[in-house]
Amino acid sequence: MRHDSPTAGVPVLEIRGLTVTLPPGADRRYAIEEVSLTVGAGEIVCIVGESGSGKSVTAFTVMGLAPRKELKPVAGEVLLHGRDILGLPERELRRLRGEKMAMIFQEPMTALSPVMKVGDQIAEVLEIHTELGPRERRERVLAAMRDVNLPEPERLFHSYPHQLSGGQRQRVMIAMALVLDPALLIADEPTTALDVTTQAQILELVKSIQRRHGMGVMFITHDFGVVAEIADRVVVMREGRVVEQGPAEQVLGRPRHPYTRMLIDSVPSLTPPERPSREDAEPALEVRRLNKVYGHSGWFGGGRVVHAAKDVDLTVRRGETLGVVGESGSGKSTVARCIVRLVDITSGEVLIDGIDLAKLREGALRPYRRLVQIVFQDPYRSLNPRRTVGQSIIEGPMNFGLSRREALERAARLLEVVGLSADALDRFPHQFSGGQRQRICIARALAMEPQILIADEAVSALDVSVQAQVLDLLDEVRRRFDLAMLFITHDLRVAAQICDRIMVMWHGQVVEQGPTARVFREPAHEYTRRLLAAAPGRHAFGAERREAGDHV
Amino acid sequence: MATGRQTDPAALSAEAKPPTKREVGIVSLVLANRGVFWGGVLLLAMVAIALLGPLFTSDPMALNPIKRLKPPSEEFLFGTDFLGRDIFARVVYGARISLAVGLAVALIAISVGLVMGMIAGYIRALDAVIMRVMDGLMAIPGILLAIALISLSGATLTTVVIAIVIPEIPRVVRLVRSVVLTVREEPYVEAAIAAGTRLPQILVRHILPNTIAPLIVQATYISGSAMLTESILGFLGAGIPPEIPSWGNIMSEGRTYFQISPWIIFFPGIALAFTVLAVNIVGDGLRDTLDPRIARKM
Repeated sequence: MRHDSPTAGVPVLEIRGLTVTLPPGADRRYAIEEVSLTVGAGEIVCIVGESGSGKSVTAFTVMGLAPRKELKPVAGEVLLHGRDILGLPERELRRLRGEKMAMIFQEPMTALSPVMKVGDQIAEVLEIHTELGPRERRERVLAAMRDVNLPEPERLFHSYPHQLSGGQRQRVMIAMALVLDPALLIADEPTTALDVTTQAQILELVKSIQRRHGMGVMFITHDFGVVAEIADRVVVMREGRVVEQGPAEQVLGRPRHPYTRMLIDSVPSLTPPERPSREDAEPALEVRRLNKVYGHSGWFGGGRVVHAAKDVDLTVRRGETLGVVGESGSGKSTVARCIVRLVDITSGEVLIDGIDLAKLREGALRPYRRLVQIVFQDPYRSLNPRRTVGQSIIEGPMNFGLSRREALERAARLLEVVGLSADALDRFPHQFSGGQRQRICIARALAMEPQILIADEAVSALDVSVQAQVLDLLDEVRRRFDLAMLFITHDLRVAAQICDRIMVMWHGQVVEQGPTARVFREPAHEYTRRLLAAAPGRHAFGAERREAGDHV
Repeated sequence: MATGRQTDPAALSAEAKPPTKREVGIVSLVLANRGVFWGGVLLLAMVAIALLGPLFTSDPMALNPIKRLKPPSEEFLFGTDFLGRDIFARVVYGARISLAVGLAVALIAISVGLVMGMIAGYIRALDAVIMRVMDGLMAIPGILLAIALISLSGATLTTVVIAIVIPEIPRVVRLVRSVVLTVREEPYVEAAIAAGTRLPQILVRHILPNTIAPLIVQATYISGSAMLTESILGFLGAGIPPEIPSWGNIMSEGRTYFQISPWIIFFPGIALAFTVLAVNIVGDGLRDTLDPRIARKM
């Protein structure tokens, strides 16, 4: 992965002592403080940190895209090829952007204009920055599209962004960034919104293009797996400061700063720990030939029909965690929503205690709702912002006849179980961080005394250090309350750590099912093998760490 | 932060967030908006005049044929009309009518629209029915519909209010329905469903509060336009009966004398313009404060 060290001379980008203020009233004074780093030609520098670490502010300040009123640089310099660009007027900066430096973003769907053909969008860059005629522009655009391995560039030239896949859109963004051959490419979490197999391809692309063009790349990410795949050098940021930087092997292999070590230790290993078999426990939930079809033929025919789940069979035993793994659109969340009966089931059975919930109508279903509870992905939207934590937790138990006092007592007890203090009851969700909110959601689910807990990407939106804690908590409550847990995730590392058995879904179908260790060691289905191969940083964070699963 | 088990709340405080603007209080936040403040002052002044003014003015109905069509003077602040009635007293009294109509129309339109919008947004089966009726209502010009309704039922204050309410309802229904459709997909609503909460409670607890901010804003616009419509109806002679001095009626009666005694139309017109302006400024201010900041923060 490593190649020859940067060419001699000035680095492409040098940041010296950069300090940027936050608007008054924010939780700290500076967004970033005395940040210094360099990006040489032909070098990929990863800036890694958790949310709020200031990594994006750094990137946006370099590009001159940060709102200058709110995020004001007050000290330091940003040298592009040795020239300070920090105070440049907007017109000069606009010329530099595109020609000398370019940026790609996390969400290619919103970064591209939805009403313009992608070819024209790339050509627009040339139109603004060069004197080329229409034909030459078209040639350059097609060359750039070929350069990023877009299939059939002639056809895609005339496509709109919504007609492309997520990976193709990100390739278009990269083509747009590269069409003027800039010396510096800034990538802000460019693979975070992508599926893992697509992410692997995009990372490969960024690497090969960087090598071919000899660019300097500043790559921002929160994912140490990605860092291990791509970085030449690593800069670790925390709360606006650089805590450690150095060559990738050194930072990843022998981290000096305790924060870096903690972050790296929090990355779950791809090697599943030994777990006792639960084969003999009685099944808590059985799903038989579950089908869910979304949409119907419209009044005038021609409606779109999506078969989101096809003949899904699954069994979860008491005290067992079944992982449902798949990429977006695989139908894993549909299965969860069918089991909780947030959507109606097209056909099939959902058996709990021998009762088929799939057939029950809303009124008859209500008594059984208590048995299945769900924790959602987005901690910011799963709690009603206008209701106190206490009100949110006691709502369910009071629906089932508990008095207010009893329900509040139970809520206070559960808050302590999930690691919060009981005085949280009277506070509002916005007073808590993402991880704490997720704990509250777990407490709310537990307050119903369920038999089955469904965690639908419950840790995917959390920072890696918080993620480890919430995972531990989920595993603990599973054991303590003898819950059957259905753990839905796209993240193989997380699945490896917490699941007893794994079920892999693809295009609405279950393609493989088995004990976690077996699925990871000898995946039977071709798709599972692809997923495993695509997991970022599998060499760096593979077998050597967390061998026995003593953390769990 | 350690990587191991975290059960100590103190250790978690590192990820705790600082208090946000919510604690400052919504009232002071809203009043900090200049539009709300000055529009509110103007509106309050109007309300005070409407409530207390008649204590200080002469009888708005008293005829005085000797002093007819007198220009504004010390005795008659706004002059007199063709029957010698005091325009000032009539305008002050008319403020009661206008404000009452504005308030009543806004309240009724919001309440009816809220219920229908919630039903349309949540119960899929009724959605199409309700919305097609609303589309039909919106296709008819509001004034025309009001005139038709009044001519069918006879002109009283109540029928005028009802006639103005009906064309306003569809907009409220659409607004509420769109909020309901967004909020019902929120995970916290789904969590409430999973917790066995019944539909009425879901609507009241989790969905209704989200409609309040946009509805307050909508209510100000409705009351502004209701006052205008009421005056237009009065001016056309299809509104509140002529014996009640409403601004529209005063202007309507002054129309024929416009060239020789313009004050008859001028003063009620000014009063109407300022009141509607005040209401709309308040509405704009409320939209600016309630919509972007609080709606996102809460």
